[in-house]
Amino acid sequence: MPVFRIEREGDVALLVLDVPGAPVNTLNKEARAEFETLLPQLANDFTVKAVVLISGKAENFIAGADIEEFTKLRTADEAAALSRNGQELIQRIEDFPKPVVAAIHGACLGGGCELAMACTWRIATDHPKTVIGLPETMLGILPGAGGTVRMPRLIGLRAALDIILAGKSERAAKAFKLGLVDELVHPAILRQTAIAAARRLAEASRGAAAHGRPQGDERDLAKGARGARPSALRPVRPSGLLAAILDRTKFGRGIVARMARKQVLKKTLGNYPAQPRAIDVILTGLNHGPAAGYAAEHIAFGELAVTDVSRKLVGLFFADTALKKDDPANGAAAIPVKRLGILGAGFMGASIAGTAVTQAEVEARMKDADLKAVGRGIKSATGIVDGRLTRRRITRSEAERLRALISGSDRYVGFHSCELVIEAVFEDLEVKRQVLKEVEEATGPKTIFATNTSTIPISQIGANATRPGQVIGMHFFSPVDKMPLLEVIPTDRSTPETIATAVAFGRRMGKKVVVVKDHPGFWVNRILTPYLNEAGRLLSEGTPIDQLDRVLLKTGFPVGPVALLDEVGLVVAQKAGKVMHSAFGARLEPAPLLATMLADQRQGRKNNRGFYTYHAGHKTGVDDSVYDLLGVHPQPRDPKEIEERCLYAMLNEAAMAYAEGVVRSPRDGDMASIFGIGFPPFRGGPLRMIDDLGAANVVQTLERLAAKHGPRFKPAESLVRMAKDGAKYYN
Amino acid sequence: MDIPAGRRAAIVAGLRTPFARSGSVLRDVPAVALARHAARELLYRAELAGHEVDQVIWGQVVPSVLVPNVAREVSLLPQFPKTIPAYSLNRACASSCQAVADAHDQIVQGFADVVLAGGVESLSDVPILHSRGMTRILMDASKAKTLGQRLATFGRVRPKDLIPVAPAIAEPSTGQSMGQSAEKMAKENGITQRAQDEVALRSHHRAAAATASGVLTAEIAPWFGGKGMDEPVTSDNLIRADTSIEALTALKPVFDRRYGTVTAGNSSPLTDGAAAVLVMADEKARALGYTPLAYVKAYAVAAVDPGWQLLQGPVFAVPKVLERAGLTWKDLGLVEIHEAFAAQVLSNIQAWGSKAWADRLGLKGPVGDVNWDITNVSGGSIAIGHPFGATGARLVTQLANEMTRRDVQFGLLSICAQGGMGMAMILERT
Repeated sequence: MPVFRIEREGDVALLVLDVPGAPVNTLNKEARAEFETLLPQLANDFTVKAVVLISGKAENFIAGADIEEFTKLRTADEAAALSRNGQELIQRIEDFPKPVVAAIHGACLGGGCELAMACTWRIATDHPKTVIGLPETMLGILPGAGGTVRMPRLIGLRAALDIILAGKSERAAKAFKLGLVDELVHPAILRQTAIAAARRLAEASRGAAAHGRPQGDERDLAKGARGARPSALRPVRPSGLLAAILDRTKFGRGIVARMARKQVLKKTLGNYPAQPRAIDVILTGLNHGPAAGYAAEHIAFGELAVTDVSRKLVGLFFADTALKKDDPANGAAAIPVKRLGILGAGFMGASIAGTAVTQAEVEARMKDADLKAVGRGIKSATGIVDGRLTRRRITRSEAERLRALISGSDRYVGFHSCELVIEAVFEDLEVKRQVLKEVEEATGPKTIFATNTSTIPISQIGANATRPGQVIGMHFFSPVDKMPLLEVIPTDRSTPETIATAVAFGRRMGKKVVVVKDHPGFWVNRILTPYLNEAGRLLSEGTPIDQLDRVLLKTGFPVGPVALLDEVGLVVAQKAGKVMHSAFGARLEPAPLLATMLADQRQGRKNNRGFYTYHAGHKTGVDDSVYDLLGVHPQPRDPKEIEERCLYAMLNEAAMAYAEGVVRSPRDGDMASIFGIGFPPFRGGPLRMIDDLGAANVVQTLERLAAKHGPRFKPAESLVRMAKDGAKYYN
Repeated sequence: MDIPAGRRAAIVAGLRTPFARSGSVLRDVPAVALARHAARELLYRAELAGHEVDQVIWGQVVPSVLVPNVAREVSLLPQFPKTIPAYSLNRACASSCQAVADAHDQIVQGFADVVLAGGVESLSDVPILHSRGMTRILMDASKAKTLGQRLATFGRVRPKDLIPVAPAIAEPSTGQSMGQSAEKMAKENGITQRAQDEVALRSHHRAAAATASGVLTAEIAPWFGGKGMDEPVTSDNLIRADTSIEALTALKPVFDRRYGTVTAGNSSPLTDGAAAVLVMADEKARALGYTPLAYVKAYAVAAVDPGWQLLQGPVFAVPKVLERAGLTWKDLGLVEIHEAFAAQVLSNIQAWGSKAWADRLGLKGPVGDVNWDITNVSGGSIAIGHPFGATGARLVTQLANEMTRRDVQFGLLSICAQGGMGMAMILERT
């Protein structure tokens, strides 16, 4: 089946891209081949004066390249060739003798964006689904079809770096403001506007040719203005003195690049090679001309595409896609949730309410013991809506509508009609059992009760339930509106419908949902516990606080373990530590320092007193008085020892938890680790990391650590077995 | 058109915001927010799914120019589908009683099964208008094409144009304020300040007792006040448990400082608040599992010459509704009389009990004598407050709940309204 079809509107040819059997368009092999044969045809057809490039999909322009193809690339040369082909194809559009108008509705990403940038004119719809950007660096590569050359020429160096380095997608209005698109229209008139623009451009270029004017010179290119553009429609470009210096002089670009390099290094700590490489390539293109830029681009693309980092990030992309489609409830239908009850209007409950409202647009009905707490909870939940308004993700009237979904009471008013109730009360078995009892009395026969606990087994909370099939765990991570993971924990008695509902609702809340076994600590806290314990031991042994955090940041974690303890709160950490200790014994014995810290009224960020000092809610530095409190003299330690002890404690625990069946697949365990803890994404997750290191090597290292630091490092039986068999988690 | 036989409109539940003195705790809340709060909380109290509601009817006496149809804003709450038609109405102080009456009509005619009726008023949120001169200048300025033209237009502003126009609670037809009318009625009907103060005292004491016992607060959805939303308001803030006849007597008359008897103490205060009532077809209510509190038996509206005794409309409306219901005053187990002014309450009562009035109305005998043991048993508007558009719905809810509590078969409510109007409604149980 052809990928393109041609529709004629008089002297304008519409090139309609519609990849058969796919929900979105990608620039796959077939599309590229067809494009190459169609272009000369259209160029030679004298009845065609101009071309409009448009998508046949309802809500997608071009989602990008076919990522599946990347995984098949073996060598840097192969990848570079792929990039070069792409560059040449898109150059053909730029060199096309007639005007080409891109009519963009829906996602226009990666290769789609690169294609659009080579067109003469870009029209986008002012629709929320229309986003334009270059997400390549998120996959550890860079735009490989001329994007690094064209984007800075179109919108200026600073704006281009902003998009390329973060792998950002801009909404249509922002893209228009930046000059990435030339016109913004309502979806209903996209096609006709594009045809009209194509005709206008065809007229204009004929006129220009007759007067012997050039189509645009290098200076116009640098300014981002090209050839025959109706000036009245030209959007605002970076202009003014600052832009003149920073974007248009070599000297200024040098400053911008230096600043960008510094920022990138600070963020990636050298773990992600694509970003610094992109800066180099972009600068080459600007300082030495497009030809040099394209050459640098495809070489860099080739090298980056075969890096381990990129492979891991691409793998993550596929794992994420698979996780979204996963059906842990074996086909059971989810109950559609319209009214959500939330018990406990504290920080957690309010965050769940605010996130549920903004993401799933459900009614969120909160209940707490006293009205003051309810009011504060409503206020706090509303804050999440307001945050989205401030960031202009929603309009004022949408915000008003979302706010009205949040309400509350000090009694179980409105709970009878809830399909799902999530409790986020105090982490205490008896309290949770009591609220379960109250909820069962207050709600209808079909209401599902989800408990948000981080450590208490769900089966214990639901032991006396009258409707045990409707009890399940939903473990959210704080802050709920930002943390992407949700652990769903069915008990042995949870019905498939209950599981399906919890999973489906979690996804509606925008979460990556992993179904885990009802086992103490579930997955995330299970593997986090030995890691944090080990960090605690290292501190008690006199490791400097900032060194400890710095080493693990370099390892690739988003937050160091000590800072994490402060964030989580020392009370919570101690409580969880005790639960884990009693469940798993000596291996997970908590480091003694938490008790010492708490005795000194140090609860972490919560009371602005922890391992770090805080001022007005901001971390200001290491609190040196902690060393005296712990009775140690801080001495820098071998960074390798720090990394090994923390990381291997986690890897070993992950192996044990996996062997106990806590997660349903290595993929689930790795995804939960990356999205729940921030396990370095470029390492692919703890189980993937064990595979990469080789189980035998991991066992060896653990044995060495056990000999030196104690039996808590004794390798998991499953690891020993895998080492012997040469087995892997992933095949 | 055939009207389906035997359809009855049931009062299923009612709820309101706290009633608050204007300019106090609800000062910064637009009327529409109060209305939406009452509606949404009632929906949750009733555990009703939003899609069950067929129509929303809302009363408001002084609408905001920014929200001319408050009912539609209520029906556009995200708890409802966006497809529920809604209209706002104005029958002055009887507005939300009229909303319930309209709900009744829609249900009885078979046009709706579930109607959310209510009313709202925020006298902290009244539109303050520009003078006509200023209005003209602003309109011209908005049409100006150049900056110069615009500046020239503003050059026309004179100091008197800057004086804003606030809506007055006065009759457009007579120019007399409500209070002046009440004062006139007191004089013409020979009602003393002492008698008025006794009505006010009873209103406060009964409302205070009903608040303490939870009878009134059960009908209130808490409002989350304060910047941090952590100052919940759970009861009306105008009720004074500690007031006394001495304290009331000490107040100076407002509308006639020399010979007057109407004081701030024996008048209803300017109030902010909203109230909502869920009205359903009987069979629908039962199908959804509700036990109706009461049914609308009959209603009637009457009007008098506003230049005469402005607030005597109920004198005509009550015998009319009794006749329509086929009942007499003696059949009533509970009576709710809206207290705009104690002078008006006493004037209404005097007329109902008088032979002379009966003759005037063409009745065989007087309507009936008031029995305070069954009248305004939880206080009235003088103590609880009177957000114009919301009072009718408050009375319906309060009456229906009290009828259930006391196992009363027939209850009457009577409301005087601006423009010389009076409205009366009879509720019945079983």
